[in-house]
Amino acid sequence: MSQLLDIAVNAARRAMELGATGAECTLSEGEEFSASVRMRDVENLKQAGSRAAGIRVLVGNLTGSSRTSDLTPQGIEKMIRGALDLARITTPDPHAGLPDPSELGRIDEAVLHLYDDSVLHMETEWKIAQAMKAEEAALSADPRIGNSEGASFDSYIGSRAFANSLGFAGEYRSTSCGLSVVPVAKQNGSMERDYWHTAAREASRLESPEEVGRRAAERALRRLNPRKVPTQKVPVIFEPRTARMLLGDLFDAVNGGAIYRHASFLAGKLGEKIASDALTVIDDATLPGLFGSSPFDDEGVRSRRTVVIERGVLKSYLLNTYTARKLGLKTTGNASRGLAGNAGVGPGNFYVEAGARSEADLIAGMRQGLYVTELIGASANTVTGDYSSGAAGLWIENGQLAYPVSEITIAGNLKQMLMNLEQVGANLEFRSSMASPSLVIAEMTISGQ
Amino acid sequence: MALSPSLFAAKFGITERDLESYLSEALSAGGDYADLYFEYLSTSSIGMDEGIVKSASESVSLGVGVRVIAGERTGYAYSDDLSPEKIRKAARVAALIARGPASIVKTGFREASKHNLYPMLTSPHEIGLAEKVDLVKRADAAARAYDVRVFQVLANYADSIREILVASSDGRLSFDRQPMARMGVAALAREDNGVPQQGYSGGGGRVTLDFFLNEKTPEYFAREAARQSIVQLSAVDAPAGESVVVLGPGWPGILLHEAVGHGLEADFNRKGVSAFTGRIGQQVASPLCTVIDDGTIAGYGGGSRRGSLNVDDEGVPTQKNVLIENGILRGYLQDTLSARLLQSSSTGSGRRESYQHIPMPRMTNTYMLAGQSDPEEIIRSVQKGIYCTTFGGGQVDITSGNFVFQATESYLIEDGKITRPVKGATLIGNGPEALKYVSMVGNDLQLDEGIGICGKEGQSVPVGVGIPTVKIDKMTVGGTAA
Repeated sequence: MSQLLDIAVNAARRAMELGATGAECTLSEGEEFSASVRMRDVENLKQAGSRAAGIRVLVGNLTGSSRTSDLTPQGIEKMIRGALDLARITTPDPHAGLPDPSELGRIDEAVLHLYDDSVLHMETEWKIAQAMKAEEAALSADPRIGNSEGASFDSYIGSRAFANSLGFAGEYRSTSCGLSVVPVAKQNGSMERDYWHTAAREASRLESPEEVGRRAAERALRRLNPRKVPTQKVPVIFEPRTARMLLGDLFDAVNGGAIYRHASFLAGKLGEKIASDALTVIDDATLPGLFGSSPFDDEGVRSRRTVVIERGVLKSYLLNTYTARKLGLKTTGNASRGLAGNAGVGPGNFYVEAGARSEADLIAGMRQGLYVTELIGASANTVTGDYSSGAAGLWIENGQLAYPVSEITIAGNLKQMLMNLEQVGANLEFRSSMASPSLVIAEMTISGQ
Repeated sequence: MALSPSLFAAKFGITERDLESYLSEALSAGGDYADLYFEYLSTSSIGMDEGIVKSASESVSLGVGVRVIAGERTGYAYSDDLSPEKIRKAARVAALIARGPASIVKTGFREASKHNLYPMLTSPHEIGLAEKVDLVKRADAAARAYDVRVFQVLANYADSIREILVASSDGRLSFDRQPMARMGVAALAREDNGVPQQGYSGGGGRVTLDFFLNEKTPEYFAREAARQSIVQLSAVDAPAGESVVVLGPGWPGILLHEAVGHGLEADFNRKGVSAFTGRIGQQVASPLCTVIDDGTIAGYGGGSRRGSLNVDDEGVPTQKNVLIENGILRGYLQDTLSARLLQSSSTGSGRRESYQHIPMPRMTNTYMLAGQSDPEEIIRSVQKGIYCTTFGGGQVDITSGNFVFQATESYLIEDGKITRPVKGATLIGNGPEALKYVSMVGNDLQLDEGIGICGKEGQSVPVGVGIPTVKIDKMTVGGTAA
């Protein structure tokens, strides 16, 4: 047993000695590295490690939490006593408690492959060189790219340990690394930036720096000299980057915390048709090597695959132990928290199942519409479904990407947008814990001139 | 001994000699400048949901960040262990950025002057937990009592105390003890079994719990959240397209934060990536607009505004900075690094989220000076438009200058009168252009209630905003109604 897990197990035990009726303790440890370069020179180098612990205790139906970065025996003792003191000022909540013991468990770490030694062995010089190459590829892509906000290479190596008073004790290591670049394009007084980013749990799965730089440059260039289109209703294609943000709004609406508070437009809709047949949404924390994967959730519940929406029918909410009890359902293993506090609900790998048609095909099939490449300040009201966001992208005319547009908004209501989801692209790629192929919504309101 | 009042001297025995030695280690491979940022942060929070006090938590974190600057390069490392070996190790890692002979650290510190904006007599943690619980219970009860249609209430209270010590290789030494407290209330209302609507209100500042007993009570925030949720029950679709927009006073000042504030942060300008780059001295707003960023606003509930600071996170006293004067762009917000590179001086704007983060130029409290117009006269002057009084968040692309902010409470103005409430909508504009359309500025400047959090490059810091009633002749409103 590692030192981290040892502390977690002992803290949970100690809390029980001090009068808790239940306890769960989380420890995390991580080493972060980041190198950024700008205009072909190193700009920042940052490297450090940190550790912290958190505990949540139950005294009957009362709960208290505490977190500390002091992992000495005295620091841990103070944390436990602090949480117990806090529990005594809360009021009884009949649904508070630890998971049902039958739910506790884990997926084999070797299968999940969340950790890769390659990240541990990357040399600083190599990491800086990746960022340099990516920026160089962007800067040399076109004479209109004469400036850059820089490129950066980040890596992280971490461990997380969790133990509770029901006897669960588990830990896992994880790694990640990523490369991004933000070139600035300029022409005739128009200045635009964009970025490209690649991230993986192992170095060999990253896109090449040349590819990252080239794609970032291409994206910044195609935004130059944008127009502001007239206010109108048109079909909209969300490319994967913006579709993923829309999916984040859908996640908020299937989050059990919003459901039991009646704060979601999907509350009470289980088993009902809430989207077009084109939409199937899955949450799966068991996919090897992905960012949303983990052997168990932040309550020690075994990770799993949950079908959330199947061909437009709402099949399941996403739940932790608490929200499940509130709704008379079973947890879906989606408990999420920092180190302390009551668990919230978080995604595993939350994604839209790919459709059959390529994105190029989707664009070609549209007479007139908007291809959205950026959402800025997106505001989705989870309670009502009302949706309004700043946007930028490319105008589609007769199946072609015709010219860039910006300083516009797109608006609608998520309820209708889900029903009006006409097409799902085949281009599904997992770049973070949420992923979506391109999505086509039959009609949204564009506000412009 | 200048250090003695600091917690780091009292609790961890850190002396001036230690600081000098860590800074020497940081500059052992050369570099122009180094600094140490010690931070101790203690927080507590209490949350009530469905009439039950469901959560109570506290947190303690501690650490030191070491920074080395060599030209435009920055090396950074931190440690959450304040033992001399660990601090030295962090200093050696930060030193890797420079390649040369050791630079000299000035010996003998002088304590930087600082304001005394929040002379708190009691630390938030000397206040009983029961009093904090009472605040959220009062908020819950008041929101429910406001209207029978209110059926769900979330209320929370959070406070913190941050102690910092900053020591730099040029001999500056600063320490500060920074309180913060905040309450928030969210309410959901519905008619019979109709569609629920939500309202949110909250506030606070660099104050302690007394503020919520004497100045802005839990009932004040609760009624406001409940009121908003009730208003939304009768809201119609927001208009789509360009419109005359009147902003109410206070929190709508987020317009300034997004439209001009970020674009005037010196890092973006020295890199030439801001839409405001090279525009100092140019007209970027109507002559009615004077925009200030002021980290020194005190006199608020025995403490100060949320964005106020005695010293910034580089140990430099905050100041009142004029960004735009009568429509002319006057200056940028500078941190130490940008000031060095631009041969300027720091404007006390170097801020960071924690010891784990590199400081950068940030806003404090950003507001527009009051004008001459009577707010009612402003509304009367509008034939057709919208009046926005409450906003959610906002965002800006500093390179194109396009910014958005999300109206959560708005009304139609028809024939000079405020008529029906409209649903939430995003407003979009372009930073260097939007304020040129300001045609009237009210005499009713208000600062916000104290809930703002500003995010930049992954770092969050508390900020304030403020604005009088303002009429903007043209802005794009992102609704759905024709």
